[in-house]
Amino acid sequence: MELLVASAIGILTAGGIYLMLRLRTFPVILGMSLLTYAVNVFLFASGRLTVGAPPILRDGVTTYTDPLPQALVLTAIVISFGMTAVVVMIGLGAFLGSDDDHVDDLTDASDTKAEGRS
Amino acid sequence: MNHWIIAPVVLPALLAPFIVLAARYHIGIQRAFSLAGVLSLIGIAAGLALQVSDGSIVLYRLSDWAAPFGIILVGDRLSTLMVLLTAVLALFVLLYAVGSGWDNRGRHFHALFQFQLMGIMGAFLTGDLFNLFVFFEVLLIASYGLMIHAGGNARLRAGVQYVLFNLIGSTLFLFALGSIYAETGTLNMADLANRVAMIGPEDTVGIRVAAVLLLLVFAIKAALVPLHFWLPSSYAEAPAPVAALFAIMTKVGAYAIIRVYTMIFPPELEVTAGLHDLWLLPAALISLAIGMVGVLAAKRLDRLVAFSVIGSMGMVMVSISLFNPAGIAAALYYIVHSTLAGAALFLISDLVRTGRANLELTPQPPVAGTSLTAGFFFVGAIAMAGLPPLSGFLGKLLVLDAAYGTDLVVWIWAIVLGSSLISIVGFSRAGSILFWKAHAKDETKEVPEMTRPAALSYVAVGGLISLMALHTIFAGQVHGYTTTIAAQLFAPEPYISTVVDTPGKLSKPKEGH
Repeated sequence: MELLVASAIGILTAGGIYLMLRLRTFPVILGMSLLTYAVNVFLFASGRLTVGAPPILRDGVTTYTDPLPQALVLTAIVISFGMTAVVVMIGLGAFLGSDDDHVDDLTDASDTKAEGRS
Repeated sequence: MNHWIIAPVVLPALLAPFIVLAARYHIGIQRAFSLAGVLSLIGIAAGLALQVSDGSIVLYRLSDWAAPFGIILVGDRLSTLMVLLTAVLALFVLLYAVGSGWDNRGRHFHALFQFQLMGIMGAFLTGDLFNLFVFFEVLLIASYGLMIHAGGNARLRAGVQYVLFNLIGSTLFLFALGSIYAETGTLNMADLANRVAMIGPEDTVGIRVAAVLLLLVFAIKAALVPLHFWLPSSYAEAPAPVAALFAIMTKVGAYAIIRVYTMIFPPELEVTAGLHDLWLLPAALISLAIGMVGVLAAKRLDRLVAFSVIGSMGMVMVSISLFNPAGIAAALYYIVHSTLAGAALFLISDLVRTGRANLELTPQPPVAGTSLTAGFFFVGAIAMAGLPPLSGFLGKLLVLDAAYGTDLVVWIWAIVLGSSLISIVGFSRAGSILFWKAHAKDETKEVPEMTRPAALSYVAVGGLISLMALHTIFAGQVHGYTTTIAAQLFAPEPYISTVVDTPGKLSKPKEGH
């Protein structure tokens, strides 16, 4: 199971970073989402992996899993959801306004034309 | 338990929803409440700073849960100083926003402003790394809204970059927190300090990765080279009062570095040896150089100011990365100075924009109210470049003095002094183009009537500049106080024992993880 979780985190991170390096709004946002999934799983795994153990005290249970990472992941998920929504809205506004979905810095409109970017 | 320590977080948190819900359509009421809130924040912050100035540590446990489990707020000399600085800066920024009408050009300026203050105050006061992350997010969420306040394509495009860069930073922060938790089983800073010290020299891989990741995150916040790319266009495109408030946000990164790397990963710790002198110091020196070269190369006034902020952060980080008490004391003195100077310069560039077609550094007809604006720019540029008589010069002297006797003293002195010269050239070029060449232009041409900035705007900028003057006049006292702060930071045992040993609910932690 360790191998599966570790490789899942690795693949998600690699995919996320690749998409972020595309430097266009939509792939970058997708890449950000992949990366936040990766980090959520990573946080979840940081309290050691245990199968079938509850995080809450109950009668008749002897093994527990660490509850703190689950609380951390919950907070992180909420924040990353909200942030993704914010960046989608701002990115959409920027795209509709300037008809250009590049993320990198093109401050001068004449530069955009001179480099032949669409 | 003293409840005042949570007031800087709770007060803006209550005011902001009130402003959104009750005073939505009344800009006058919004302004009144916002100003009243900031004024009482200054009072509270001053009270807190006074209370801890004798070296005591104020601990606040939410719901009285004991330290490693519950959420805690901790006030010591450093955090209360930063809280006070934020509150004072916020007052003048708010005065400017009201005076220039920036708060009326989009919606919810005041509510977002209060949320931003809440995040910054919380980040300074929290004693827990995960809560530091949460407060970073609070201040960032508010700053996204403020950054694109009043809209416009250029601002939205810069906003996308700003948001994405900070999201990457937040994700990295979570990775760092995950690896710290996996290594130590706690995220409470004082508890971490104890546990990191217990890690043997053979198990250092994980905690080293965590320390480097954490340093990267804080370096992003502090806009340290090579992680500074987000700053110039974000700050240049943001509305001027917002950019002025953002002057404190880079300092949040510097504060976090000071806090974490004096308490949890102190320089003498073998686990993270080499991180400060081998990596942080060169990066800081390069950002100082790049910032000041950017000042010389900038073609627009707002970008010039943004680069000068990078340069001044480089100066702060050079001083921090010496990691000796003299260096930290100098860095804190310089942090106060550069926050005030950066904010003043952003506001001045907006004063120039009010009376001018654009901020390009090309000769254009004189701006309305030139003489006063030019005077302010002159003083602000002197402060930022670090010429006598203002506090930038004293701060720079302190940094140079702290660097004297270290191994890299030649490099530090050369880069600090050389970059100062470059920035003086850059600022004087900008000033002479903006204010002197204007009169050399053909005056027979019809000059369009430009609005003069409001009197309140001048009051705000003048207030910041007079604060800088006070910072210079009372340099001895201020530096004395920052020296005691540095002494407290390098002897963190009272902090740690206050946090860990104060009893509360669950106060007997089970050992092991």
